[in-house]
Amino acid sequence: MCFSLCCVQVIWDIIGNTQFCSFKVKTKSQSFCRNEFNVTGLCNRSSCPLANSQYATVREDKGQCFLYMKVIERAAFPAKTWEKVKLSKNYEQALEQIDQNLLYWPRFIRHKCKQRFTKITQYLIRMRKLVLKRRRKLVPLSRKVERREKRKEEKALIAAQLDNAIEKELLERLKQGTYGDIYNFPVHAFDRALEQQEDEEEEEEEEEEEEEDVGQREYVEEELDESDLSDFEDMNKLRTSSDEEEEEEEEDEEDEEEEMEAETEAESKGRGSKGKSPANRSTPTRKKKRAFVEIEYEQETEPASKTRTT
Amino acid sequence: FKSGADQEEVEVKMEKTEAEAAFPPTFSVSEIKNKQRRHLMFMKLKQEKRKQKIQLKKKKKKEREALGDKAPPKEVPKTIENQRVYDETTVDPEDEEVRFDEGTDEFSAYFNGLTNPKVLITTSDRPRGRTVKFCEQLATVIPNAHVYYRRGLALKRIIPQCIARNFTYLMVINEDRKVPNGLVLCHLPDGPTAHFKVSSVRLRKEMKRRGKDPTEHFPEVILNNFSTRLGHSIGRLFAALFPQDPQFVGRQVATFHNQRDFIFFRFHRYIFKNEKKVGIQELGPRFTLKLRSLQKGTFDSKFGEYEWVLKRHEMDACRRKFQL
Repeated sequence: MCFSLCCVQVIWDIIGNTQFCSFKVKTKSQSFCRNEFNVTGLCNRSSCPLANSQYATVREDKGQCFLYMKVIERAAFPAKTWEKVKLSKNYEQALEQIDQNLLYWPRFIRHKCKQRFTKITQYLIRMRKLVLKRRRKLVPLSRKVERREKRKEEKALIAAQLDNAIEKELLERLKQGTYGDIYNFPVHAFDRALEQQEDEEEEEEEEEEEEEDVGQREYVEEELDESDLSDFEDMNKLRTSSDEEEEEEEEDEEDEEEEMEAETEAESKGRGSKGKSPANRSTPTRKKKRAFVEIEYEQETEPASKTRTT
Repeated sequence: FKSGADQEEVEVKMEKTEAEAAFPPTFSVSEIKNKQRRHLMFMKLKQEKRKQKIQLKKKKKKEREALGDKAPPKEVPKTIENQRVYDETTVDPEDEEVRFDEGTDEFSAYFNGLTNPKVLITTSDRPRGRTVKFCEQLATVIPNAHVYYRRGLALKRIIPQCIARNFTYLMVINEDRKVPNGLVLCHLPDGPTAHFKVSSVRLRKEMKRRGKDPTEHFPEVILNNFSTRLGHSIGRLFAALFPQDPQFVGRQVATFHNQRDFIFFRFHRYIFKNEKKVGIQELGPRFTLKLRSLQKGTFDSKFGEYEWVLKRHEMDACRRKFQL
């Protein structure tokens, strides 16, 4: 096909307005040209690479810019129509190259080529900058996996019984004494254990020391009984919890190894034990045992501010 | 033997035929072509089975009552926790090697009381409302925590600055579609970096029956069910977020509970009603974490040395195998 002027005009008459052009994209306001050699990207009489016998573009390939030129002389050789010139990486030098190569070419094409070249260099610079910055990596989620995990999480939550676990842990810590003196509650289990131990020890000691302590024991007991009774009368008026609290305050004090006045200790111990096992015995022996017991208790409770459970 | 077996088969077939209203022997419900009929027969079959099950249960109960104290102990139902595949890295409480490791790892400074935790909370770029609120609430829960807006800064540049200002922790909350979905927890002076998936975030205003806002007291920490070595290291990671000496006056407790590899975080205020009962009231945000990767040094996604990475195909294949 020869590119004479009239021929070119014919081409434009066909593809420009009336008939079909495969590179044309029409929108409401404007039509674009998808031809890769188009300088401006719009579908115009002067920008159409098919309808112009003399044409030039700038394109880039992997960061390298090239100037493509098409002249009438090579119209008969379709494979060789486009002449490719590598442009320098230096912006000004490249502009000069374009000027030199497109010397005596129509003003429109020269101008548009340089504009396109400028745009290309700008976006290449931006690309290089972005690579250096932090990239946000998009990780695709698999819907199936997400659904499965959600269900597993729900089941795990139900199995965890969090409230119960937390309450248990807190009570454990209270028992072990990590909270020290702040809370004064009866620690029933410990009471019973202590009393059991005391009973055992009492029995042992009684076997050894019966001869010595017989008289003293009885004497002390009577006093205790009176005081206990009187105390109990008073206490009956009050509520049980406060009773327990009072008892425990004193017992806790014991447990926390403060040096306590023996009498109050004795009374409280007596009271407490009275409530549970009325057949308890002497205070002096109990004092000794209590000291012994305290030591044991000390060893047991070394308060740790945090406990990690497995 | 054969003849005996045959006889048994024949007997069984005879019984079956009687039971199934003279249907041909070796009959199964799936062979009926008519859908309605098939459905009916299947329902009947199911009812039969249910009846038999109930009868069996009744019998067992009677036997148990009859025996009274001598009855065999009740069978423990199988749960996933019961059936869990024994993990060889489970920590024995008296293991010396573990104790030595923990004495000399990155948290030893904290656990020996030398450093105080100071946490920097930030988000990914351009956080939306929910994430911002979540960050703020986290900052109230964790004492000595500061929230900073991430202005598109690279984590690698933030980290040296944090170290210079004596921060011990860097917490980055990742956001996706206006909802927090990831957490990067980085222990600062060259400590391990853990990456979690965050799910079910409930902010304070969405909590039912919640209490007042948490006070400035240091909360206690509860760490439950961290049994393996990996679990232990994660547990220590969480523990080191909070100051060593909790203020019991504040009666606040932060719980990290691990169940089937999901770590549930809750923040409660407790009160002891008596020595056997404690009441807890939830304040503060709640969320669940799932560990995705644990990396040795500070945050470095490209060249970091990963101690543990979640590999879904290997690790999620068995339902009874858990990592933490």
